[in-house]
Amino acid sequence: MSRRQAYDGVVLAAPHSVPYERYSTETAHHWLARGLKGTLDAAGLSKEQIDGFSVASFTLFPDTPVGLTQHLGLSPRWLDSIPMGGASGVVAVRRAARAVQAGDADIVACVAGDTNQIDSFRKLLSSFSRFAMDAAYPYGYGGPNAMFALLTDRYMQEYGAAREDFGRICVAQRDNALRYPHALMKKPLTMKDYLNARPISDPIALFDCVMPCAGAEAFLVMREDEAVRRNLPFARISATTERHNAFPDDPIQLRGGWAVDVDELWQMAGCAPRDMDLVQTYDDYPVISMMQFEDLGFCGKGEAPAFLRERDLKVTGDLPHNTSGGQLSAGQAGAGGGFLGLVEALRQVTGQAGPTQVRGAKRALVSGFGMINYDRGLCSGAAVITGGDA
Amino acid sequence: MTDPLSPPPKKNPQKAQRVPTLPPGIRSRAAMGLTAAAAEGRFMLQHCAECGTVQYPPRDACCSCLSTKLPWRDTDPSGELIAVTVVRASPNLYFRDRTPWRTGTVRLAAGPSVVCHVHGDCEKGAEVRLINRLDRAGQGVLMALPKEGTPNMADDPELRELTADPKHRRVLITDARQDNAPALARALLDAGAAQVFVGEAEGWRPYPQRAKLAAMEHVTLLPLDVTDTTSVKELAGEIGGKTDILINNARFVRPGGLFERGDTTFAREEMEVNYLGLMRLAQAFGPAMRSRGADGVNNAVAWVNLLSVHALSNDPAYGSFAASNAAALSLSQALRAELRPGGVRVMNVFSGPTEDDWHQAVPPPKVTPNAVARAVVAGLRDGLEEVWCGDVARDLVERWRQNPKVLERELTGGEG
Repeated sequence: MSRRQAYDGVVLAAPHSVPYERYSTETAHHWLARGLKGTLDAAGLSKEQIDGFSVASFTLFPDTPVGLTQHLGLSPRWLDSIPMGGASGVVAVRRAARAVQAGDADIVACVAGDTNQIDSFRKLLSSFSRFAMDAAYPYGYGGPNAMFALLTDRYMQEYGAAREDFGRICVAQRDNALRYPHALMKKPLTMKDYLNARPISDPIALFDCVMPCAGAEAFLVMREDEAVRRNLPFARISATTERHNAFPDDPIQLRGGWAVDVDELWQMAGCAPRDMDLVQTYDDYPVISMMQFEDLGFCGKGEAPAFLRERDLKVTGDLPHNTSGGQLSAGQAGAGGGFLGLVEALRQVTGQAGPTQVRGAKRALVSGFGMINYDRGLCSGAAVITGGDA
Repeated sequence: MTDPLSPPPKKNPQKAQRVPTLPPGIRSRAAMGLTAAAAEGRFMLQHCAECGTVQYPPRDACCSCLSTKLPWRDTDPSGELIAVTVVRASPNLYFRDRTPWRTGTVRLAAGPSVVCHVHGDCEKGAEVRLINRLDRAGQGVLMALPKEGTPNMADDPELRELTADPKHRRVLITDARQDNAPALARALLDAGAAQVFVGEAEGWRPYPQRAKLAAMEHVTLLPLDVTDTTSVKELAGEIGGKTDILINNARFVRPGGLFERGDTTFAREEMEVNYLGLMRLAQAFGPAMRSRGADGVNNAVAWVNLLSVHALSNDPAYGSFAASNAAALSLSQALRAELRPGGVRVMNVFSGPTEDDWHQAVPPPKVTPNAVARAVVAGLRDGLEEVWCGDVARDLVERWRQNPKVLERELTGGEG
């Protein structure tokens, strides 16, 4: 495992979030264009100055990122499409960083986003995957809510978690979202609100579910000397992992691919969970955030409820978590949800987070999780990033 | 405990009739294996021919050894219900109309985990058995049932969506003169049917079982001649809006193939009753049944054809009769497609030689009226599309599946 090369000399810069909208009459092209322009403007670059382009989006159909190059007038010499939903941020970093390191590209713009027209979510559900079509939709058609309800139910049985334990994550994130200007959910959330919310698919209720929306997130990957020359705040990539379809024999998902690669992640990063100034987990449902704390080494399996009971997950707390409100409170902009944590972490470790800034934040863990192909999420990934002058 | 289903209240004609909606019906070709098995009520999964791995969802290659030889085999249906949810919000219209909807994860003893419908009497963590049934879209779906039967089990709303149970429903049997009519009427009433209408052609002409039928409570004899378009239309006008299950048992049968008959007289009669009779009934009753697919507790659910198993492969001793049944079988597939938007099922019950005067010279085993009646009720309760009634039918379909050409040669070859 030590044969893996470090990401020396490659950095992330110019984080940009396009403010989300609940519904949009615009297309994915519109949102991705705004994401791209935002990150270019943040770096003072023109689109002719990038030669690598990485795109994650569900609603580009009938186009692919290839069509998008002509649509946006780009001539990249390196082009990537990341069909990994919630893991797309970490995976985009991994691929773009290696391309820059090898000289296949000098500056890669990584953009993720989607539109959300009135029937986008229903259309996306109806054509998501073959297993979902064959073996999930015909059974109540609850979408991801129903699948995560099943594994939340199992998690509660297995480890004795209570709804309050999940509620604590949601309530803290809402508090963070109140500081984040672009968050869609702006009403304070109490534990009582959480517990009394409309049931969606037992034991999951309204505030366990993300709100689909339109939006985009973007950042640049370039050589460190390039960032220094342009006077851009940047973050280094200390370690990454990626894993797909881990533990296929588990009868129901209680752990993700992080658990396979956790030792390698911290070994490569040269630090430990306790060294993180903030954590961005992929929070499509709070049970998944719990699994990430466990599988990424913050506590033992099944111990996340107790572990989190002792922690304060707010921006001002001892374990700042999903500091922009996460998808649960900021909204899920399709594949943009897979970039949300990474872009926020990049702002944090470069001191650009503004109202959500964690004081002195230098090191962050970002974790991704994606693609409910049938009964579980298949893609998982994690990255540790470190602010430039650390 | 399942609450017993109450008889439906009288329909209020001022209220909107619920438009039938269907559960998601698109499947991959591999997944249709489940549908083919469900048509006969069998719980089958893909078993890798090379390494024996049992897998689900259906795939195009073995997830254990990458073999592409993946036959469907009958599988141990027992498992443990390891997680349960109740879906209370669904963007799909069919489920939206029917929430709350219970689903769960079952870990099968055979290996894979399965997300399935869950019967209300299944307890979390308990042993369950899976069944494979057709849903209203006519696709195979899996449902967990309690390991042992429970009171009023069939009345579970999710299970009833997968069946065509006669309970509280109104049934039309098209031909009172068939030997099987009293047995059919009796079995359906015993299964809880609210009303049995029995069609009677040429009512002035006496026949032996009339008194028996007329004496049954909740049985009504009504004029119906399936060879007469006007007669069929008149009856449909009268009871078409309250026919929930239609059992087409009209049949014209005579021995003989081609040469010894010498003309087409009997053949015309066979086609008039067995083929065009089905068509007349379908044109008169089908559209109303299709529109009543979601009409409450006593919605329209099933169309049953009683066919000869020689619809699959000709028996020269009854060659022309078999041909008329082959025509009816083919038409039943068209009928199935046209009824599907209403979620109404077409069930074909295939029998070998029947115990009656026209099969007197055929050696046993023969199918009795009671056996047909039992097969019809059991098939409705399981919501099947294909029912093989009796040993001859089961034997013949097995041979047909192995090799239809070999079967043809066997059936047409005589002794030498």
